[in-house]
Amino acid sequence: MIDKSELPIAGTKRPPQREITLRRTASIVPQQNVQSRSLLAVIVIMSFLACLTIGAVGMIRSTASSWASQISREITIQIKPDDTIDMDKTLGAVRELALSFVGTTGGTILDKDATARLLEPWLGAGLDIDELPVPRLVIITIDEQNPPDFTAMRATLAKKIPQAYLDDHRTWVDRLVSMARTTVIIGSGVLGLVFFAMVLTVIFATRGALAGNRHIIEVLHFVGAESSFVAEQFQKHFLLISMKGALTGAFLAAFCFAAAGWWQTRSIATPESDQAAALFGSFTIDWTGYVGIFLTMLVIAALTTLTARFTVMKTIDDIDNIRSDPGRIDQNQP
Amino acid sequence: MIHFENVGLRYGMGPEILKDLTFDIPKKSFQFLTGPSGAGKTTLLRLLFMSLRPTRGLIKVFGREMSSIPQSELPMLRRRVGIVFQDFRLLDHLTTYENVALPLRVRGKDESGYRTDVVELLKWVGLGDRINVLPPVLSGGEKQRVAIARALIDQPELLLADEPTGNVDPPMAKRILKLFMELNRFGTAVVIATHDLSLMDQVEARRMILTSGRLDLYD
Repeated sequence: MIDKSELPIAGTKRPPQREITLRRTASIVPQQNVQSRSLLAVIVIMSFLACLTIGAVGMIRSTASSWASQISREITIQIKPDDTIDMDKTLGAVRELALSFVGTTGGTILDKDATARLLEPWLGAGLDIDELPVPRLVIITIDEQNPPDFTAMRATLAKKIPQAYLDDHRTWVDRLVSMARTTVIIGSGVLGLVFFAMVLTVIFATRGALAGNRHIIEVLHFVGAESSFVAEQFQKHFLLISMKGALTGAFLAAFCFAAAGWWQTRSIATPESDQAAALFGSFTIDWTGYVGIFLTMLVIAALTTLTARFTVMKTIDDIDNIRSDPGRIDQNQP
Repeated sequence: MIHFENVGLRYGMGPEILKDLTFDIPKKSFQFLTGPSGAGKTTLLRLLFMSLRPTRGLIKVFGREMSSIPQSELPMLRRRVGIVFQDFRLLDHLTTYENVALPLRVRGKDESGYRTDVVELLKWVGLGDRINVLPPVLSGGEKQRVAIARALIDQPELLLADEPTGNVDPPMAKRILKLFMELNRFGTAVVIATHDLSLMDQVEARRMILTSGRLDLYD
């Protein structure tokens, strides 16, 4: 029979023994396994796509608003050629008349060379503008905050110089604003879809990763761990994975924008860059974009952590419910 | 400590696996649970571990009727019961030491307070040189001993062991049995489910024999 003092159970007093070297106590939830790595990859990809979409939508919004504001900053007065007028004098008079209105900030007469360049795509190079009855333009810049009274300006022009026609670009501005709004709505829709896909993917990937750890939940439950303790262990683990994944994805997206912006700066005034700038605007993210990226990271972290918590609690509930209902047989149980 | 009265259990619409079981597991008692394969030994252990509820009858655990125990209180009650699973249920990413220390860890105990106890218990079950080893490299017998040590470490009031000597050689089986007896001497009630007649012959203890779902007691 064993001597009572020999039995090495908790709380029994014994003489000091030789110290044994133990490794640093491992986490209850395995840090590295296939499920965790897969979840990390999924979170990196989804975070990257979501952040990229946020940046792209922000870029489209600012580009669209820039188009509209650029055009609404100017009006054009067109003077049709007429034998009864001296074109150069009329151009000057129109400019003076326009500038006499409150709300105008400057006026530029488009000279013959500039007008020829404008018509070059249709009439070819080497055009002698005096040979053709080409209308001439005066570009008036206006104060966006306090625009002039276009109706009065139009009436005055019609009265004093009937050959002049004022174009306040309203049609273009309206179309552009409408297009910009549509683009932003489409972009927001895409962002919503990407977010929805991200939410579902992260939830299912987290649940998948947890399914591979069910045996750990069971063992912890059976050695007397409370549900909250088990949930906390998994929450911590999944929070770490999600933060790592979300940060990596967000960093990659920000890097993509920075790289595109750098390329745009380096290749300024080249046809490729001009085309890209015309289509997409400037590859920069404003502060709202960075706030969006940060919020995306928070959403991913919260989603992963909460999914982990609820899944663990549900798994424990299932274990107890299956066990408390003899009609349901769980083959994994002892 | 545990009281069963006319307990019956069936899975779904199938036949009754356990029929009219009426018995007590008194404090500090020692008993073997035996019977042919499929007689319901593991199912009875599950009932004792509060991981199944009976189809009929009354079970009282530590003075409380099982049907009235809320789910949230089960972990606290299970802390008073140690269990050795037939398939060990060790966590492969934790060392032998960490697996044995797990019940103490989940109770929020400080490692410095239990380190020596765990190491000593592992030495006692013959695993002193396997303390830092992961379960996948342990033999079946070694895993068995780790599972036993994990069940014993917090000196439970009731120890349930499902075939605890099934994977060890006779000298180690004898040693494990002595450990159970020693634990029993300290006040733990022990229920060992086993087929091993030679093991049962070593101890004068109550035998609970399950045959076709019915229980016969031999004190």
